[in-house]
Amino acid sequence: MNLLTDSILVLLILASFLLLSSSRLSNCIKTVALQGMMVGVLPLAANDSLTCRVTAIALVIAGMKGIVFPYMLFRTLRESTTIKELKPYVGYTASMFAGVVSLVASFWLDSRLHLPVAASSRLVVPVAFSMMLTGIFLIVGRRTAVNQVIGYLVMENGIYTFGLAIVRDVPLLVELGVLMDMFMAVFVMGIAIYRINREFDHIDSDQLNTLKG
Amino acid sequence: MMDVAHYMGVPLGLCMAPLLLGIINRTKAFFAGRNGSPLFQAYYDIWKLLRKDAVYSRTTTWIFRSAPVVGLGSVMIAMILVPVAGSSLFAFTGDLIFFAYCLGLMRFATVIAALDTGSSFEGMGASREVHFSTLAEPALLLGLAALAKLSGSFSLTGMFGGLSGSDWLASGPAIALIAFAVFVVFLAENARIPVDDPNTHLELTMIHEVMILDYSGPDLGIVLYAAALKLWVLGALIVNILICAADLSGFSGLIVFAGGMFILAVLVGIVESIMARLSLLKVPQLLVGAGAMSVLALILVMRFTS
Repeated sequence: MNLLTDSILVLLILASFLLLSSSRLSNCIKTVALQGMMVGVLPLAANDSLTCRVTAIALVIAGMKGIVFPYMLFRTLRESTTIKELKPYVGYTASMFAGVVSLVASFWLDSRLHLPVAASSRLVVPVAFSMMLTGIFLIVGRRTAVNQVIGYLVMENGIYTFGLAIVRDVPLLVELGVLMDMFMAVFVMGIAIYRINREFDHIDSDQLNTLKG
Repeated sequence: MMDVAHYMGVPLGLCMAPLLLGIINRTKAFFAGRNGSPLFQAYYDIWKLLRKDAVYSRTTTWIFRSAPVVGLGSVMIAMILVPVAGSSLFAFTGDLIFFAYCLGLMRFATVIAALDTGSSFEGMGASREVHFSTLAEPALLLGLAALAKLSGSFSLTGMFGGLSGSDWLASGPAIALIAFAVFVVFLAENARIPVDDPNTHLELTMIHEVMILDYSGPDLGIVLYAAALKLWVLGALIVNILICAADLSGFSGLIVFAGGMFILAVLVGIVESIMARLSLLKVPQLLVGAGAMSVLALILVMRFTS
């Protein structure tokens, strides 16, 4: 059981590294979909006693993160002409280094942090931190709007994983509320990307600065 | 019985290393639907080259002539340290660093000889080789450090001897990460496909082949043989990581080890058949990725064992 959880957590980190290093947007979406699925099924692997409710929530979340969001992102991507992140603010090799540094930082942070409850695996909390940091890094380090949405999703994956470690049993209502928020966020961003694309013929969010007077 | 097997590791490597090249080429030929060159082609090539005369450019000095011998010597020393079937000829605490820098010395000899020829073309290859190995070396050393931490021993023999099946159960993800990182280093260091194409000659993208362009005759034979030994030595690390769970020794260990090496060669052939060479700008990314995996493995191991 523990080995399975740890393997999933390690795969989550590897997915973050992959996101930091790949330039093709469709690959990024596929990776974040895979990461979302793994985050979704994490409670199934981590929980010793599976109830119907936990299973249902896990499946709904895996479906949302793994199928619905990526589908919406893919649709946005089809409508725009961008297929690659051409000039990120931070290069891919440097991003990878930043990913490693943030990983080390999250393990350090975890060792300084004394949580009142024991997590299901010793890796959960540091992995969650590293995903949050990776998400923030993607949001500030990339130019295209799609990649920024992906960064947002990665950050959310991290927050969800952290919540999983701290609160074993999240009330259904809270869970669905968060999920609904995210759904709206991705939806709105999809529309925003569509608009940016229609106005400017690209989805480079850096150009929005020129709108200022 | 046990003693004979103990001394068999190095002769096994010395004899079988060129066979790995044959297996890789046969696998690639199988995927391409060709018959391919004979399995023992590398032996024929080396034998043919050893009987020829060498031609030296007037620009070159003794550095160029000594480099193949230095390379062969250092890779042989590295070979002595690598355990085969649980025992190596020679082991001491900290020999993993000595091992890494034996290979480093071999690379240094090749690079400095390439610069010695005065050809701008070979200088370019040398620059690339150094650039990529700067990134590959941390991946290898950090991976070995993680293994050392896991097994609590700082010699290669103790490291692989200390690993067992229970380690795979306790920290399987970490060991798998190390094995993958070392595999990437193995492909990069031996100039195999995602990094360099061993079949291209006189092309601007190649790395290893361009540095040995000026060698001929016996020198080229020695360079080829040393490259085969390097393939064997680095491959032995991966096979040792993967078969340590079986905990074999003696002749059965030798047979399993040799089988593992051949499976590894087939795997390399498959990788070369289904992948294209990465563009030169992507290679550092791949190697940094391997390094990141080693760091991750080291962190995991330190966390699990502390």
